[in-house]
Amino acid sequence: MSKIVITSSGNTVKSDFDLRFGRAAWFCIFDDETKETKFYENEHINANHGAGTQVAEKMLELKVTKAISGDFGPKAKELLDKFNVQMVIVQEETTVESIINKLITK
Amino acid sequence: MPRRIRLRKVVAPPIFKGYKPYGAHVESKEHIELLYEEYEAIKLADYDLMKHKEASELMGVSRPTFARIYEAARRKIANALVEAKEIKTVYGNAWLEKDWFVCIECNSRFTIPKTISNHNCPLCSSKNIESINKH
Repeated sequence: MSKIVITSSGNTVKSDFDLRFGRAAWFCIFDDETKETKFYENEHINANHGAGTQVAEKMLELKVTKAISGDFGPKAKELLDKFNVQMVIVQEETTVESIINKLITK
Repeated sequence: MPRRIRLRKVVAPPIFKGYKPYGAHVESKEHIELLYEEYEAIKLADYDLMKHKEASELMGVSRPTFARIYEAARRKIANALVEAKEIKTVYGNAWLEKDWFVCIECNSRFTIPKTISNHNCPLCSSKNIESINKH
C-alpha cells in the first residue's frame, strides 16, 4: 500500500497542480490501492516560517510514501529524505487529475 | 538581511553518524556538529587531494567560500580532537546531488529512497532514467 501526496491549488481532482510544497493551498492524498483521493487544506499556508517542515511533518503523520510537487525547500527535503519519502518534482502546469492518471496507467 | 546561503553540493555524504572519543580522562559532554558540506570539503581537499578551485567548482560555491567551509571543518575537527569531544554529522546547507534522478520520458525529477528497490520513474514507470549527478 502506498499513499501519495500531490500538492493542489483546490480541493477537487480538477484543480490545478500546485508547484509549491510548503505553501500549497491543498494536499491531495491519493491511495495507490483503493484509488481513493482525500483532500486536506494546508493550515500552514500563511505561516511566517517553517511551512515546509510543518507540512512535511504532517505528511509523515499521514504515512505518505511519495510526495509530488513543483519543488521542495531544503528543510522539507531533508525531513522527507530522512523518513524515506520519495520526492518527485514535476515542473509543468498540469492538473491533479492528469498526475493521478499518469500514476494509474503505469 | 544577509544573503541567503547557497546550497553546497555534496556528492557523497558521510557514511557514519559521528565519532566518539574513548579512554578520555574527562568525559566531555559537549559535541561539535560537523556539517555535511564541511565533511565534503575535507574529503575533497585532503582525501581526494583536489585543488581548492576544482573542489569549489564541484560543490557549486566560489573558491573563497570553499576555503571558509574547509577552514571551519578543520577547526571543528581540531577542537574535537583536542577537547575530546564527540563529532556529530549534521545536514547543514547541503543538497545531495546523488539522490536525484531525472526521467528522460516525462522530465520529472525524483529521489529514490533506500526503501524502494525498483529503479524506474515514479510517475510514468519508464525505466529510462538518469542520475542528475552525471556530467
